[in-house]
Amino acid sequence: MSLSIKDDEIDIVIGALRPDLTSFMNEWRTIFSRFHLIIVKDPDLKEELKIPEGFNLDVYKKPDIDRVVGTSTSTIFSGYSCRYFGYLVSRKKYIISVDDDCYPAKDNKGILVDAVAQHITNLTTPATPFFFNTLYDPFTEGADFVRGYPFSLRSGVQCALSCGLWLNLADYDAPTQALKPEERNSRYVDAVLTVPARTLMPISGINIAFNREVIGPALLPSLRLGGEGKFRWETMEDIWSGMCVKVVCDHLGLGVKTGMPYVWRNDRGDAIASLRKEWEGVKLMEEVVPFFQSVRLSREATTTEDCVAEVANVVKEQLGSKDPMFARAAKAMVDWVKLWKSVGSSTSSPGA
Amino acid sequence: MLFPPLYKPPFPPFLPSHTRPSIPSPCFALKSPSFSPMATVSPTPLLKDELDIVIPTIRNLDFLEMWRPFFQPYHLIIVQDGDPTKTIKVPEGFDYELYNRNDINRILGPKASCISFKDSACRCFGYMVSKKKYIYTIDDDCFVAKDPSGKDINALEQHIQNLLSPSTPFFFNTLYDPYRSGADFVRGYPFSLREGVPTAVSHGLWLNIPDYDAPTQLVKPLERNTRYVDAIMTIPKGTLFPMCGMNLAFNRELIGPAMYFGLMGDGQPIGRYDDMWAGWCTKVICDHLGWGVKTGLPYIWHSKASNPFVNLKKEYKGIYWQEELIPFFQSVALPKDCTTVQKCYIEISKQVKAKLGKVDDYFNKLADAMVTWIEAWDELNPSGDISAKIPNGASK
Repeated sequence: MSLSIKDDEIDIVIGALRPDLTSFMNEWRTIFSRFHLIIVKDPDLKEELKIPEGFNLDVYKKPDIDRVVGTSTSTIFSGYSCRYFGYLVSRKKYIISVDDDCYPAKDNKGILVDAVAQHITNLTTPATPFFFNTLYDPFTEGADFVRGYPFSLRSGVQCALSCGLWLNLADYDAPTQALKPEERNSRYVDAVLTVPARTLMPISGINIAFNREVIGPALLPSLRLGGEGKFRWETMEDIWSGMCVKVVCDHLGLGVKTGMPYVWRNDRGDAIASLRKEWEGVKLMEEVVPFFQSVRLSREATTTEDCVAEVANVVKEQLGSKDPMFARAAKAMVDWVKLWKSVGSSTSSPGA
Repeated sequence: MLFPPLYKPPFPPFLPSHTRPSIPSPCFALKSPSFSPMATVSPTPLLKDELDIVIPTIRNLDFLEMWRPFFQPYHLIIVQDGDPTKTIKVPEGFDYELYNRNDINRILGPKASCISFKDSACRCFGYMVSKKKYIYTIDDDCFVAKDPSGKDINALEQHIQNLLSPSTPFFFNTLYDPYRSGADFVRGYPFSLREGVPTAVSHGLWLNIPDYDAPTQLVKPLERNTRYVDAIMTIPKGTLFPMCGMNLAFNRELIGPAMYFGLMGDGQPIGRYDDMWAGWCTKVICDHLGWGVKTGLPYIWHSKASNPFVNLKKEYKGIYWQEELIPFFQSVALPKDCTTVQKCYIEISKQVKAKLGKVDDYFNKLADAMVTWIEAWDELNPSGDISAKIPNGASK
């Protein structure tokens, strides 16, 4: 953990899609207990949450969400999107967010991975999006920039987003997991790297961290599949949000890292059952990827909120007519920026 | 001097519409059935008649003894740099051809001027005279490394796997190489991009002495790379990287003509930028023609740290020239009618002359040498241009 970051600059946001968080919280206790937690209960979840003692936390349930944003708006926080409510109400600089079916993982030496510490390290060391370093993260112990890396690019840029990975149940889509039901990810790749500028990737919401003050409004609930469900196989909301975030980061000159930390993702759900539902999302990506690759934001967009608003506009103009889902997503993005401005603490600091 | 992101992708969007199929049915869209859990992983083909190993040397080839179990089936092309009267001893049992400076001069005549002298950049002569589809090049101070389980790494086998399986430059896969056993494309990865593109280059890494520049070596003389990163990944389209020639393999039929290692060494103002130059040209051309460049595994064990003061002298100009070179390569736009590697390369040479000539006269000479190289390549390899329409190599 970087000595310059205080624990009270960090919020850990957990979206609770299942009521009994006892084993989840206990497994993470040694890592989480020194931080403030925000637990947001999926508004569709009927049962009471079970949370063990000994944590410093705030729990938000449907009535709380209704009270803050109004009953008509609170529907945007259903399912996995409930975590965005936590991002909205947090007042901290850094947010770390992990799905409630993930436990701490062990590294290649059998040592428990402190995912929080690794995410914070990722966020507080520079990113290097303009040129690829073949030894991956040059700021990590035992590594550096390689021969041929321009010196003027070695100070890097601020890292706004840290995308972690998953051992055991990887974040595959339903068709892939259904075809290989026994496959589990056992490969621990000891690296963190910056995703190059203008390179897009599927950003999974299962294990992420970000600098809320810099990029907060760009992580947003907006694309909701018609058949969206309570398994990651049945969603695309994080993938959509991640594309927006990357485009905004590229425009503002901020970095996105991927790689460690790993979390251990527990087996859950049936890929074959989800197969039918998620096909819609799979088809959408064929439109979504080339669209985001072509988005160019204007020079006037110098804050994250402005960038999100511009992306929403382009979504509406170019994708809105192709599928009503996109038109709804565009509107949701515009509404989100308004909501962020009114409820979220102001984050109008321009990108680095 | 900070770079604003002035790079633009060659042509948006990255999914050219003529290659976008309609959404196939689930079985079709996924990786080939050989990846199902029931099938066994097929062994990597040896390719012993399709691959040459090119080794530049000035001293001796003792290091080959350690590589014998992995290299012996293959034909070696030894490019002897420095004094041609010296005899380089090749260990028994290897099938090889050896070229010294006299041979290079004899074979290329006046065009030999494009081949560096007293620099390992001369290795690219080996690429030119090879008749094989694939090249693996390795430095004579690189040995067999061990993986974390203690097993010897067959670097050549891994490079072959990398070259024979597709690359995915258009969208980054967060689980790295999706074609490796135990991995796949992650949720959100478009199915139309899952076939990938042919892999032109496989860039391996080094344990022990890392490939640092002279200033970094001077500041951290004791740093050793002990981190084994168990990943191979495609370097995304539009992204440049520093390509190291110490442990490198490529599809010569696809990208060979772009692998010119420039004018270095004796009589030249710069050294240790040969592979960098080839790498930037190669990446720009691969991006334009739709081929992939991978980096990561395999590791070799790099045993010798060269003298940092000697390196500093060689690199000195390169260190400040690269501040001009990087924006240059980031902004190179190749016209659509550059459909072969040679045409792309000649076009780049023109732009080098036009835009870098004013940085230093060296770049005018280099631009001319680039043209000479292509002329020499085409003379020695008269089978015609390699078109971008070449089909995929046999995948796993």
